[in-house]
Amino acid sequence: MKRQLRASVFFISLVLIWQLAATSGRWSPIILPPPVQIAEYLWSAALDGSLWEACLVTLKRLMLGYLAGAMVGIPLGLLMSTSQFTEDTLGALALGLQTLPSVCWVPLALLWFGQTETAMLFVVIMGTMWSVMIATDTGARNIPPIYARAARTMGSDGWHKWTHVILPASLPYLISGLKQGWAFAWRSLMAAEIYVTILTGFGLGHLLHYGRELNAMDQVIGIMLVIIWIGLIVDKIVFSPLERLLHKRWGTGIIQR
Amino acid sequence: MQHQFDAHAANKLQIQNISKQFKSQSSVVQALSNVSLSIAEGEFLCLVGASGCGKSTLLDIIAGLTKPDEGAVYADEKKVDGPGRQRLVMFQESALFPWLSVLGNVMFGLKLCPDLPKSQHKTIAMEFLKLVGLEKFARSNTHELSGGMKQRVALARALAPSPRVLLLDEPFAALDAMTREQLYDDLQHIWETHRKTIILVTHNVREAVCLADRVVLMSPSPGRITQEFEIDLPRPRDINSIALSHYTQNITRALKGNQTLDEAHG
Repeated sequence: MKRQLRASVFFISLVLIWQLAATSGRWSPIILPPPVQIAEYLWSAALDGSLWEACLVTLKRLMLGYLAGAMVGIPLGLLMSTSQFTEDTLGALALGLQTLPSVCWVPLALLWFGQTETAMLFVVIMGTMWSVMIATDTGARNIPPIYARAARTMGSDGWHKWTHVILPASLPYLISGLKQGWAFAWRSLMAAEIYVTILTGFGLGHLLHYGRELNAMDQVIGIMLVIIWIGLIVDKIVFSPLERLLHKRWGTGIIQR
Repeated sequence: MQHQFDAHAANKLQIQNISKQFKSQSSVVQALSNVSLSIAEGEFLCLVGASGCGKSTLLDIIAGLTKPDEGAVYADEKKVDGPGRQRLVMFQESALFPWLSVLGNVMFGLKLCPDLPKSQHKTIAMEFLKLVGLEKFARSNTHELSGGMKQRVALARALAPSPRVLLLDEPFAALDAMTREQLYDDLQHIWETHRKTIILVTHNVREAVCLADRVVLMSPSPGRITQEFEIDLPRPRDINSIALSHYTQNITRALKGNQTLDEAHG
């Protein structure tokens, strides 16, 4: 309770300072709109439904792309961990492509797929899969060999070994990889939505983009806030519980919070 | 209750002329050189020797985790060609899986037994947890247990799929003395009631005398068997009993003899 109170005081102060700065008259409200104006925009966008619509479109794309990226990334990461050869080939490829900012995929996606949902999906998958792949490989390579030995003596082999020993044993790495993949997926999708104009769905990135075109700074900042909120909420309802469960099982995370 | 080891029982495990080399970039280590040994059904055998004598390697080969360069291991006249459910290993570190609960760990091997009905898994696992006195901890996470409790769970996990041979690789080495003594009693009790063939690797001579029917001495470079001692003492044995001293003295002397011999050669 005390923690939440302190945090609230911090954020309320931030908004107050912003409000004071915006109303001081030093900056034009076109450059720095006061928080009240942003709240008004968000309220009206929520009332006329355009905000929900955009959130829904964006989240649908994000989910699809992220899940596809993770589902390709995890098996490829496991494959990558199996030998020196796969590490030298697949591993180098993944490492290289992971460092490539995902917005760089946009021109290629546009040429290959045109202004379609597929282009969006492609960019998100490229943004997600390489980091998931690398995290999976790291996880699999860091499993204490004694687990594998113990499992082998009990008759765990082949498919069972991968699904019941290697995958769960690499969970600590895998989950941080999936979390990082999520952040990358978000970034990639925003880049894609800002650059790919399509008629099949108007996402948050588009709202952001048109906010700029219309010089509607309240819309730009409002959408930015929504993007931040969604990121935080997903962290709180998906990744934080997973991490807590992991720490509880493994007995890690000795820092009391 | 005295266990009379039947010398005429069929030889359960035959270890024939095993040799094994480990090559690194700079050197070649002869871990085992022409080692042969017969172990009867239900026998409790201890492999004792200084570090580097190849006793753990020999255990790995019996388990099927390591392949010998020469020679072979036969279990019931069948050549050992890889790990098998009939020979389960317990390691120095408990090697419990942190992603599973205590019960989940004990059930791991049971789930891999093809002809065991699913409904039995939990019942059997709980039975073995009870045997090691940890049924109350079935739902606990493994990191919540002490070192001694972890080894008990590891023992339950190895016993649950009912292997005929139990291979123990210094399972008590990392424990404190009190816990260790308790586990000596437990292990003797389990061996008496379940009649497993047990091979225990240790460098603790007293531990070996307390537990074994037969103590086999090994010596390093190259790893080989030098001597064997039959331990003819009534069971259950107390690690602190004076009756053990006669054997420990002889065996320790023999071990030192090996070492001085090696130094003279060296």
